[in-house]
Amino acid sequence: MNGKGGKKGQGVSADTLRRVLRHIRPYWAFLLLSLVLAAASVGTQLVVPILTGNAIDEMVGAGQVNFAALAEILGVIALSVAVTAAAQWGMNECNNRMAFCVSRDLRNAAIAKIQVLPLKYLDGHPTGDLVSRVIADVDVFSDGLLMGFTQLFSGILTIFGTVGFMLYIDVPIALVVIVITPLSIVTAAFIAYKSEKYFRRQSQVRGEQTALINEMIDGQKVVQAFHQEENIIQTFDEINDRLQFASLRAVFYSSLTNPTTRFVNSMVYAGVALFGALSAVRGGITVGGLSSFLGYANQYTKPFNEISGVVTELQNALTCAGRLFELLDEPEQTPDAPDAYDLQPQEVTGAVELAHVAFRYEAERPLIEDLNLQVKPGQHIAIVGPTGCGKTTLINLLMRFYDVADGAISVSGREIRGLTRRSLRRSYGMVLQDTWLKSGTIRENIAYGKPDATEEEIITAAKRAHAHSFIMRLPGGYDSVVSEDGGNLSQGQKQLLCIARVMLYLPPMLILDEATSSIDTRTELKIQDAFGQMMAGRTSFIVAHRLSTIREADVILVMRNGHIVEQGSHETLMAKDGFYAKLYNSQFEGVRI
Amino acid sequence: MKQKRRQGWTRFLKGYGCQSVLAPLFKLLEALFDLFVPLVVADIIDQGIARGDVPYILQRCGVLVGLAAVGLASAITAQWFAAQAAIGCASAMRHALFAHIQTLDFSQMDTLGGSTLITRLTSDINQVQNGVNMFLRLFMRSPFIVFGSVIMAFTIDRRAALIFVAAVPILALIVFGVMRLTSPLYRRTQGQLDHVLRLTRENLTGVRVVRAFGREDEEERQFCQENEELTRIQLRVGRLSALMNPLTYVVVNLAVVALLYVGAQQVEGGVLLSGDVYALVNYMSQILVELIKLANTIVLVSKALACAGRVQAVLDLEPQMTFPVEELPLTGEEAVSFSSVGLTYAGADGESLHDINFTLRRGETFGIIGGTGSGKTSVVNLIPRFYDATDGQVRLFGRDIKEYPQAQLRHAAAVVMQRPQLFSGTIRSNLLWGNAAASDKELWAALETAQAADFVREKPLGLDEPVEQGGRNLSGGQKQRLTIARALVGKPEILILDDSASALDFATDAALRKALGALPGNMTVVIVSQRTSSLQHADQILVLEDGRQAGLGRHEELLEKCPVYKEIYDSQFQKGGESA
Repeated sequence: MNGKGGKKGQGVSADTLRRVLRHIRPYWAFLLLSLVLAAASVGTQLVVPILTGNAIDEMVGAGQVNFAALAEILGVIALSVAVTAAAQWGMNECNNRMAFCVSRDLRNAAIAKIQVLPLKYLDGHPTGDLVSRVIADVDVFSDGLLMGFTQLFSGILTIFGTVGFMLYIDVPIALVVIVITPLSIVTAAFIAYKSEKYFRRQSQVRGEQTALINEMIDGQKVVQAFHQEENIIQTFDEINDRLQFASLRAVFYSSLTNPTTRFVNSMVYAGVALFGALSAVRGGITVGGLSSFLGYANQYTKPFNEISGVVTELQNALTCAGRLFELLDEPEQTPDAPDAYDLQPQEVTGAVELAHVAFRYEAERPLIEDLNLQVKPGQHIAIVGPTGCGKTTLINLLMRFYDVADGAISVSGREIRGLTRRSLRRSYGMVLQDTWLKSGTIRENIAYGKPDATEEEIITAAKRAHAHSFIMRLPGGYDSVVSEDGGNLSQGQKQLLCIARVMLYLPPMLILDEATSSIDTRTELKIQDAFGQMMAGRTSFIVAHRLSTIREADVILVMRNGHIVEQGSHETLMAKDGFYAKLYNSQFEGVRI
Repeated sequence: MKQKRRQGWTRFLKGYGCQSVLAPLFKLLEALFDLFVPLVVADIIDQGIARGDVPYILQRCGVLVGLAAVGLASAITAQWFAAQAAIGCASAMRHALFAHIQTLDFSQMDTLGGSTLITRLTSDINQVQNGVNMFLRLFMRSPFIVFGSVIMAFTIDRRAALIFVAAVPILALIVFGVMRLTSPLYRRTQGQLDHVLRLTRENLTGVRVVRAFGREDEEERQFCQENEELTRIQLRVGRLSALMNPLTYVVVNLAVVALLYVGAQQVEGGVLLSGDVYALVNYMSQILVELIKLANTIVLVSKALACAGRVQAVLDLEPQMTFPVEELPLTGEEAVSFSSVGLTYAGADGESLHDINFTLRRGETFGIIGGTGSGKTSVVNLIPRFYDATDGQVRLFGRDIKEYPQAQLRHAAAVVMQRPQLFSGTIRSNLLWGNAAASDKELWAALETAQAADFVREKPLGLDEPVEQGGRNLSGGQKQRLTIARALVGKPEILILDDSASALDFATDAALRKALGALPGNMTVVIVSQRTSSLQHADQILVLEDGRQAGLGRHEELLEKCPVYKEIYDSQFQKGGESA
């Protein structure tokens, strides 16, 4: 199977297989037991046709039935049937355990991996793709593994067992079977080959159609606003017709496998009947022997079909496992140094220094170069600049979501790469533009940074973030469940909750990245004083679009193309009449339109 | 009602009526030939071997080959018809659903949501296709073989056939019982898997927050807990469904034992020959295979029925709005007028708009401002009649908005929506949505006005620069400007910018407004914004608060008379701030 399965990219596939086996190792006892039980079940199953044949042989004709011998045979049949059933059930149980536990381990490994992957990787890969590796791929893998365990081994055993038993009963007839059989495999392979072409086309067209559907349903309102319905339907129908053509052929050709292999099977059957009967006439084999043979011939091709199915499944499973392993193999973020210092909150003075910092996301596109900045404890630093100038990047560096390429960042006089990530990040309170909430209750979300917070603390935080009143209006109050990514809350409400989350657990330093972008300016004004209280005495980094919100900052960093082009207070910068002044004034330019 | 509904989706099979009848018939034919096989073999044993009649054996084996060949031919014919009917039905259904979705109005789209429509168009219809295919192939065949086998058993021997009569119900009980027990558990597994999926997604989308709060370990612990629960349920279902094979195997083989015993007695009494016993045993094993197939078909078909029902539910939605066909001249001087307009969205508890009144003259610039959720977009959506006002009246160019045909309305009033949405194709193909007949010169003019000409010119392929799905390859600001250009290409009477400059920096925003003002012609412009600076020079500004009209007038008037407006203004230009 190994050789057969790995024609394309043998190295990769063999390696994946080895790794799968390594993951199965903890469950080797189940594997062993499963194999033993499979052998037992196949063995006892294959004895039944022979016993049935023997039983028929005991019924030669009227008045010539040997009831004593028959009873004995029937007893053995009953016994072997019982053994088969028990072994089958045990085998299934073992296989389930292996497949499900291995998948569980893989999922756990994946989530653990996600926690330590660098953000560079996570930012660069679509969430949907990663989720599908952890969920869908593992699921396919587990199904394939299960099917593989259950059917592959017993299938092979059944084939060999059947051939063995047939040879044992009668060599020439067995040879007839063995000669005709490959025909079944050949036709199945031929059909698979033929239909694969159409399957590939089908999935390609289907992909095209799904993309169109996704896009158009997503943009349905725009479609209607521009009255493009007719055009869209036309495009859709064109793809739909091609899909119908390809699907019809794919489904039809693949549905031929069953009848044709059944036909070949019937040929085997007829062949056995012919040669068996002729041999019986010559006295070479008994009627019972013939009936056992026919019994075998009836089931003989079944495992062949199953195995070809299993091989595809297993290949599929390995591909999926490979995709997951790819994720597991991604280089992790540099671990905290063993002697990394665990910065205590009371040690955080609020001094931050950036010295000659350089950073780029892509090797050929420098973004931040030679950035220098000294922040004194308690200072408020506003970062402004046009889109894409590197504001958010700076925050990524401060939080050590990304490591600087050159230069160094220090907090409270310590280089941040010498600190544990956790202690560094816990020193900052962060409210981002992207308002992420966890599915769970409002209470759990506010207490996210401080799970042991008391009810009063939570409510106080919510009140200070001006979230209390809308929370109380929700049907469940603080126990209302926030659905995935806060789908049932407005953008502004979500942001208020994110603010409450930070209000509850007040770290020595703050990062506010467009923290109030989704709140209308009046509400913003209302929570401004809460922000003011929160920021008092705390070193704060503020990124904002609205220039009016940052006028109070001690230092305004004006960024452009990764460089700090201007730096100073609002007044000095306005007096300078440079880039900042231009940005600032443009918002008041009431251009008549 | 239910009857009517079934009528509903099965109409897609109508075009394939012939195929839908022929497919099962040919399947039946195949099954019939299958049923003869054990009888022929019994003859070979009882007649051919017993008499040593070689020509007879040859002839009977020839019959076996013949039966197989005819069986194959009918099976292939059946598969072809079934595939044609199933796929044709699915295709017709997809077309009908997609076309129907195009006719749904905005409030229906809101209630349904996009993702469910996508599922219905894709996986639901695929399930229906599978279901129809399997149904046509198996619903006649499997029961036919089961009952056929029992009947054949009766033709061979009445006493032995009684064993069949006992065994078939027991087998059916096991097969359907196990399925019945496991299917709710499978649903639970699916639910738990969704749970694990959600946690995974959360960990990815929220990675910054998780790490900022140092909650990696806790997240991992929670995941492992849910994952463990998933494994536990999976194992439980697995254990239960693993019962099916061994149990049915035991029953069938015990029946075989019984058959052999009863058969032996009948042979002893001279009623049966040993070949007959063989045939009986053979029929018994056929029954099991078909019962399992039947059970699987039933699962598939019931799934398909559920899916078809979901598709039909969408098809049953009648568009709530009707539009006349006849175009009317747009002559009135009052471009838009709202009188006591109220709007309650379908399924919403309260009014989203209440008693809105304003009149907007041709060529005027109209500003709408208000906090989050104050109803700005709702007002704007009434102008091209995306929704119908639930109270009061909306008039366009002096006539009730309901008197205009849909195409004319959508052409006359172009909305640039908050979320800039582009479609895969090229920049040109996107712009042409505004007006399919626009010349390149017109396209460039629109791009210039929308402040998009510079960046389009910088693209290597210019207008033919490809746009990826959803405009992924463009920045938010670029997309926004292109959507504005797209609306301008149609040269609308009324241009509505629904907060469509939010991703633009102040300078570009200002330049855009300047360019719009400089356009020739008499275009009426509606601008929704959160920035008072964007609206300062509008002819009228509508101030909204919680869906109510809090003020209407020019900037200076509002500053004096409208406290809400003043508060918004002050929040952006602090009290006593420098003069603008």
